[in-house]
Amino acid sequence: MQALYAQLLVGLINGSFYALLSLGLAVIFGMLNIINFAHGALYMMGAFVAYFLLNNDYLSIGYWPALIVAPIVVGIFGMILERTMLQWLTGLDHLYGLLLTFGIALIVQGVFQNYFGSSGLPYAIPDQLKGGMNLGFMFLPVYRGWVVIFSLVVCIATWFLIEKTRLGAYLRAATENPTLVRAFGVNVPRMITLTYGLGVGLAALAGVLSAPINQVRPLMGADLIIVVFAVVVIGGMGSIMGSIITGFALGVIEGLTKYFYPEASNTVVFVLMVLVLLVKPTGLTGRAA
Amino acid sequence: MTALTDDTLPVTPRAIRDEMIVFVVMALLLASVPFTGVYPFFVMQALCFALLACAFNLLIGYGGLLSFGHAMFLGTAGYCSAHALKVWALPPELGILVGVAGAFVLSLITGYISIRRQGIYFSMITLALSQLLYFIYLQAPFTHGEDGIQGIPQGRLFGVFDLTKPTVLYYVVLVGFLAGFLLIFRIINSPFGEVLKAIRENEPRAISLGYRTDHYKFLAFVLSGTLAGFAGSLKVFVAQNASLTDVHWSMSGEVVLMTLVGGLGTVFGPVVGAFVIIAMQQYLAGFGQWVTVIQGSIFVICVLTFRRGVIGEIAHYFRRSL
Repeated sequence: MQALYAQLLVGLINGSFYALLSLGLAVIFGMLNIINFAHGALYMMGAFVAYFLLNNDYLSIGYWPALIVAPIVVGIFGMILERTMLQWLTGLDHLYGLLLTFGIALIVQGVFQNYFGSSGLPYAIPDQLKGGMNLGFMFLPVYRGWVVIFSLVVCIATWFLIEKTRLGAYLRAATENPTLVRAFGVNVPRMITLTYGLGVGLAALAGVLSAPINQVRPLMGADLIIVVFAVVVIGGMGSIMGSIITGFALGVIEGLTKYFYPEASNTVVFVLMVLVLLVKPTGLTGRAA
Repeated sequence: MTALTDDTLPVTPRAIRDEMIVFVVMALLLASVPFTGVYPFFVMQALCFALLACAFNLLIGYGGLLSFGHAMFLGTAGYCSAHALKVWALPPELGILVGVAGAFVLSLITGYISIRRQGIYFSMITLALSQLLYFIYLQAPFTHGEDGIQGIPQGRLFGVFDLTKPTVLYYVVLVGFLAGFLLIFRIINSPFGEVLKAIRENEPRAISLGYRTDHYKFLAFVLSGTLAGFAGSLKVFVAQNASLTDVHWSMSGEVVLMTLVGGLGTVFGPVVGAFVIIAMQQYLAGFGQWVTVIQGSIFVICVLTFRRGVIGEIAHYFRRSL
């Protein structure tokens, strides 16, 4: 049973990364009409920024500030990308956005691979989160518990921001009809840039969270983003809550698969995607593409 | 939905005549390669990728469907052919047939699943399916995992042509490429191809005209996947191995890049693009991961400034469809 709970925990952690990433993808897709293929690369950048901050002799900034600094740095990088490149794609076929961001992902990953090779760099768990707790039925490493709870909080906060605040209302309105929202005096292009920054910042945050668990590798986001795409196909990008729930649920299912039938743990999300497409082609949230 | 190509030219008999002239020139140029001293292995490899890119282009350029998993057909056909040649010791012609059949079956299954969604979702689904297949091949015993199937015997095609001789192999690959290319050319200019273009330009209108667009897209997917498989089978004879790199997502990305560079939706663009990208890899092999960076930069530059691609720009300049 211990092993089952351990795998469930791993599943929850992967699920929180899926949720954070698919959430960002959904927010970006809503505003920019672009599937951000660079999302995995920017997730990796988040982890690397945290690594640099810690290992730079002058800065040696630890985990806690990195949790805020890394998403901001990567978010600014994303906003520069949006201003210099992505904004020129407005009005073009969706596929060009996919191709452009795929190119950006290749560049970012290639540069990091050149300087750091393909092996993982260690990132220590912060002192405050070391050790573990005995919950009676299982041993819970504190850091892993922290990742799950913190991700959940961030996801809910993002949901709240978009669904319940005035800013979120502008955002949703601009998603529906940018021209009309502009007519009301809202600076929609700036909002689009900030949205991209927000989505990318969430990816970077996931990167920082995963650094102590998965090590910091240039290709850490490359395979992850494909799984997240499958998650997005299953859950659809129509609803924020839908992305969060689908992300966590698929992580848990993957964790269970690791326990009951480890051979399929890499493929279970894709198999589920196939099943969902066969039964309900529009995805679980039911909105057509 | 904005159209993929902003300046679609009508297919006239004259345009088809122009394209046939270019085709003959291309065939003659390629046929003279063994006499020029150009390394034939490089050209053979480029021809296999050119056929793959042409097959991919059939789907994106004429059907408007961006498949981000075309490596799965290349790799599947490669593994099937390699297994048939090495383990079952079949002659080359049957080895190719087994590979193409494998890709055909795979395209039936993946096509049935993926055409259920359009646009961006279609791309994500094909990518996810190819990743699923990658993990299956990673674990399946017959693919030998990371090692791949190596040392594949080339044998004698139809018992006559000795494929171990580079020149013979070159002409066999060339004939295979030209046959595949002509088939795609025929498909594009058929009534079926015209309907595909109509679907690409405006699917709701095609539906309202009474076309069952899903059937057309499915058929285009199967044709594209099977032809991509043919390229994979040919590649087995050239490379004499079948490995996981052929199924990896980065290979799918390369196919997209080749077609983009040459020109999406042009007849000859994918061929030019394949030669450009393969040559680039050849000459930049010593630069390690910088090749990835350069490829990424080409993607970015093409999308931002050069969306018509090499052949698309030339065609646009001369107001001809090529």
